[in-house]
Amino acid sequence: MIPRVVVIDTKTANVASVLAALRRAGAETTLSGCANVVARADRLLLPGVGSFEAGMKQLRRNGLVEPIREHVTKGRPLLAVCLGLQLLCNASEESPGVEGIGLVDAELSRFDEVRLVPQIGWNQVIPCADSRLMRAGYAYFANSYRLTERPPGWSGAMSHYGRPFVAALQRENVLACQFHPELSGPWGQALIERALKLGGPSC
Amino acid sequence: MLTTRLIPCLDVKDGRVVKGIRFAGLRDSGDPVERARIYEDQGADEIVMLDISATPEGRDCARHTVAELREVLQIPLTVGGGVRSVDDAARLLEAGADKVGINTAAVERPALIAEMAARFGRQCVVLALDAARTPHDDWEVVIRSGRERTGRPAVGWATRASDLGAGEILLTSWDRDGTGDGYDTALLHAVSQSVPCPVIASGGAASAEHMAQACHAGASAVLAASILHDGKTTIRDLKTALATAGIEVRQ
Repeated sequence: MIPRVVVIDTKTANVASVLAALRRAGAETTLSGCANVVARADRLLLPGVGSFEAGMKQLRRNGLVEPIREHVTKGRPLLAVCLGLQLLCNASEESPGVEGIGLVDAELSRFDEVRLVPQIGWNQVIPCADSRLMRAGYAYFANSYRLTERPPGWSGAMSHYGRPFVAALQRENVLACQFHPELSGPWGQALIERALKLGGPSC
Repeated sequence: MLTTRLIPCLDVKDGRVVKGIRFAGLRDSGDPVERARIYEDQGADEIVMLDISATPEGRDCARHTVAELREVLQIPLTVGGGVRSVDDAARLLEAGADKVGINTAAVERPALIAEMAARFGRQCVVLALDAARTPHDDWEVVIRSGRERTGRPAVGWATRASDLGAGEILLTSWDRDGTGDGYDTALLHAVSQSVPCPVIASGGAASAEHMAQACHAGASAVLAASILHDGKTTIRDLKTALATAGIEVRQ
């Protein structure tokens, strides 16, 4: 069966790379910021580039926060990328006072331990022992904020920049990547292909 | 640990890769999509494409090339050349660029850096800085593809651009461009010590040894064009040599 993915149009994100990667993985894609389309989606992809505040504002303006929460509560597959992972959290040091989607019970902080921020480039990803989806490899990151610890109940992968930080989170049919799988070479493309099988008949 | 990136640069004019010496005497170096695919297979960490067309037709052609590159590339793509406004940058991002390089327009109107950072995030904004040595053991910013010297100190401009919102600085030594004499490590050291963002070394690379020198001088990434286009070496061989020299690379 061809996976059908609704890519959430946050207007701030550059989605061309994400759409191209999904097409290469054989998925059918729809780019939409419309609450009705998001609410009916089989699979969602929450991309993100830009600030936490700008991303949340756009989601709220289009009434997308509830549909995304419901989508996950119903056990439907969600792939979140970069700022997408961050928007799933409660809050971020980047935008004090701005409430996130709150599906991940954690708060983001800035990379304070290193001189060069944002982190831009390829970093090594180490899967957690209980992760079904993640493999060891190098991933492309472009971020200034991160989670320092895996929140309880989530599997995923860790990486290291100044200190350990969360590279990916996975629980049930949700995969959230701090890195850009769509820009992480064959390793990232293979991860997208595995993520597109989440919630399918074989799982 | 964050690895040192090796980035091939495609100077594209009217749909073809070209390369010269000190921005002049351009020779044809092939089809951009074909070259980019070869470099990705060899282990390129990113591709930089600089559109050096001078006409509106050339610009349209470049956007078409960006879209073609996006379909096949699974690594980041930075596109620069002729970007004058936030709208120009938006068009390149829509076509498939992940980051946008700005050069002359930012020198003429520095607020462009802040505007782009506000709209797309600073990780999207690459300041391309072309620097030429002065008789006073210093560097000045050159613009319009090296045709115009500005008298503005290069290190000061790098710091200002970073403060305004540049996420990376692509630092090209005008004196070394295309010569194969090695990167200007003094320039790299001076700039990378002064800014809190990654610096990409460019201009003069002929060997892995030159690349290792650039890393020791403070570069987070190294750019190469001529040596790759001419087939004198491959990215795979360069990375093997860099790893042997103790530089961490993605292999």
